[in-house]
Amino acid sequence: MAGIVGYGAFVPRKRIKTEEIARQWGKNPEEIRKGLLLQEKSVPGLDEDTITISVAAGRSALKRAGIDPARVGALYIGSESHPYAVKPSGTIVAEALGIGPEVHVADFEFACKAGTEAMFVALGLVESGRVEYAMGIGADTSQGAPNDALEYSASAGGAAFLFGNKDLLVDVLETYSVTTDTPDFWRREGEFYPRHGGRFTGEPAYFKHVLMATRGLLKKANLKTADFRFAVFHMPNGKFPLAAGKELGFTQKQMETGWLVSTMGNTYSGSSPTGLAAILDVAEPNDRILLTSFGSGAGSDSFALRATDLLPQRRGRAPTVRSMLDGPRRYLTYGEYASFREKIILKD
Amino acid sequence: MPSPRYWREVPSRYRLEAARCLGCGKVAFPARRVCPHCRGERWENTALSQQGKIITATVVRVAPAEFTMEAPYAVAVVETPEGARLMAQVADCDPATVQPGMEVSLEFRLLRQEGHGGILCYGHKAVPAG
Amino acid sequence: MRDVAIVAAGMTPFGELWHASLRDLCVEAAMEALKNAKTDQVDALFVGNMSGGQFVGQEHLGPLFADQLGMSGVAAMRVESACASGGTALRAAFAEIASGLSETALVVGVEKMTDATDVTEILATAADQENEVYHGITFPGLYALIARAHMQAYGTTEEDLSWVSVKNHKQGALNPKAQFRREVTVEEVMSSSMVSDPLRLLHCSPVSDGAAAVLLCPLKEAKKYTDRPVKILASGLATDSMALADRRELASLDAVERSARKAYKMAGMGPQNMQVAEVHDCFAIAEICCVEALGLVEKGKAGSAARTGYTALGGCIPVNTSGGLKSKGHPVGATGVAQAIEIFEQLREEAGERQVEGARIGLTQNMGGSGASSVVHIFQKV
Repeated sequence: MAGIVGYGAFVPRKRIKTEEIARQWGKNPEEIRKGLLLQEKSVPGLDEDTITISVAAGRSALKRAGIDPARVGALYIGSESHPYAVKPSGTIVAEALGIGPEVHVADFEFACKAGTEAMFVALGLVESGRVEYAMGIGADTSQGAPNDALEYSASAGGAAFLFGNKDLLVDVLETYSVTTDTPDFWRREGEFYPRHGGRFTGEPAYFKHVLMATRGLLKKANLKTADFRFAVFHMPNGKFPLAAGKELGFTQKQMETGWLVSTMGNTYSGSSPTGLAAILDVAEPNDRILLTSFGSGAGSDSFALRATDLLPQRRGRAPTVRSMLDGPRRYLTYGEYASFREKIILKD
Repeated sequence: MPSPRYWREVPSRYRLEAARCLGCGKVAFPARRVCPHCRGERWENTALSQQGKIITATVVRVAPAEFTMEAPYAVAVVETPEGARLMAQVADCDPATVQPGMEVSLEFRLLRQEGHGGILCYGHKAVPAG
Repeated sequence: MRDVAIVAAGMTPFGELWHASLRDLCVEAAMEALKNAKTDQVDALFVGNMSGGQFVGQEHLGPLFADQLGMSGVAAMRVESACASGGTALRAAFAEIASGLSETALVVGVEKMTDATDVTEILATAADQENEVYHGITFPGLYALIARAHMQAYGTTEEDLSWVSVKNHKQGALNPKAQFRREVTVEEVMSSSMVSDPLRLLHCSPVSDGAAAVLLCPLKEAKKYTDRPVKILASGLATDSMALADRRELASLDAVERSARKAYKMAGMGPQNMQVAEVHDCFAIAEICCVEALGLVEKGKAGSAARTGYTALGGCIPVNTSGGLKSKGHPVGATGVAQAIEIFEQLREEAGERQVEGARIGLTQNMGGSGASSVVHIFQKV
């Protein structure tokens, strides 16, 4: 049986508070904090991008797995902020991790679900026996346009999952995927900021796909919500995942560990994968975990997972998500944030 | 940086690949042909630990054009447990707090870009440990 | 080897010389030296220049300057060793005459810096591009790292650094060719803007244009050109690892020590015999490290030498009577030759208000990069 043999996450150490963004645009921060349940978000430095976040997360995943990186036969990186339009992030990440050159590499894009897409394919290749180990990474440094609702949430971070057949930290019990054509959010080639359909991103997009995938998974795996100790859903804001989980019958307690969005923001392709990493940082053997991602466009991937006896022994080899969220961090002014996010026109 | 030049340096920039002299045991980073200590020419490959200790540090306030958006930033000479020394920016902290003796981890970072359309150049940075 | 003498000198003022081009500067200094020697012929031309290619896009300076001086046909070459290019060109010319290869050699050190837009980046090419500059270090940054190490090892303070600038500005104020002919106070230095901690703007030498030229010939022929030749007793050139990270010790400049040892041995003298010295104070910490490496001040004790007046005009060993790089200016390729001119003038008793009374032996020390190369010359009144 294939499963997760190593995992790692990375969250940049810079933050901006909801108040600071709200103050810039003359908005009431209380409305945003209450409406979207967002306190602050991570911000990438000028030295951080999807590639560096992937390397940091990937190094931790390899440390927890304790395997020779040369045995990794496939590497997939899901992101909507790959630094190059043409040249895969995976080429650089593989070199930095010591993977390859005998490796299959591809970059994926599926809005916020590109990370679970990479995980899904990595898992499939290991299960099929085509490769011994495969890594799937979800990472992003996404941009929200200034004074757009997205600006309060679009943040940076990511998580890496290494799949293999032995010494599993996590069993994969079942997977399920759904995809439809739903234009709720998009970014055309050459555009700097994405566009979205406002409230159209909710009911017909996020909720429809998250509910459909999760219900499909539960049915396929013959499991009930109560069979899971933890559940994590894609977190475009604070409210959506809690509302979706509640409608599915999950309790606050099941969802609170993976619900990182109020202080991390929406790390897009890294969102639900980082939530999963935070759960693996604390899960006990035999705990069942449900993960459902969502990517605009639109689709969802759903995973039913179970922690093994090995997980508690291995997680100490790399930093936890909580230690990164609560550890050393620097709060930026809007001016600093604007310069770090290249929102200021400079001389070239 | 022209891409072939950057590409040649990938092993040391991405993975801190170094070489240990079989004559005197000292580690050269990046690897070189002749040992600066004993002039030996026989080496074994090794990689530096992704950690070290600061030997000396400064804060660059007047920066080269490519780094003006990052100034002020700390730059230090870091010694790894293998005894190799290397230069690195010390990021993700208040630059004024960077002092000799400080323990750091060496992380992967974006260092430079060749204008808007050119290649992206990666390498290492030091970050206070813990 | 034949004894070699400097018989004539010429020098432009140092500073922001907006009206002068690279070739104008060279010609002005060289023609002054030739006129002072009452000659218009030389066998060889040595050009000390760090980076004409980057500062003004001009390489191949040997034939260019020979042509500009109306000497096309003469043997001409450029010598490069970053900021030590001038001193190293002097050494090459010294060897040319000493060996008997030529009978006269003109050395011109020159740099035109103010035409460039990114002087900091051009200067940084003298550091290790792949292992230092790639990470965003600058020259003030490299010397700041040395300063921090010296402070840690010997308790040197920011005020000690500042006194070096105060001393050199005071002496430079007396030099008609200096870029900054004004004194500064310790308070001004210590409140100037921070460039790279702990080095402030007034701890740093400026960006300058300028040229300096000297004419060399065998000592026994010297009286043809002047009645007061100055003998070049010794020349020492040495190197150290390029990258600061590879140095034996960060608070010492081993290349300087090695180059001095060679020169002292050749001269049959020691630091105690030196009566005046021009040393490479590109940054205040550099003068402190250099006077220690030269043995002029005890190791670890140079921090206080400028403050106590030990290295000031009138002190035990006056250092940088010209104002040094700090006050006189630092057109990099010209600096090593200009240092030799200051000692030439001191030993000929032509230094006016800066004169060190009775000076018969003097030393110059010119350094490249963050101390990866150093060249020392010792001169004697004939």
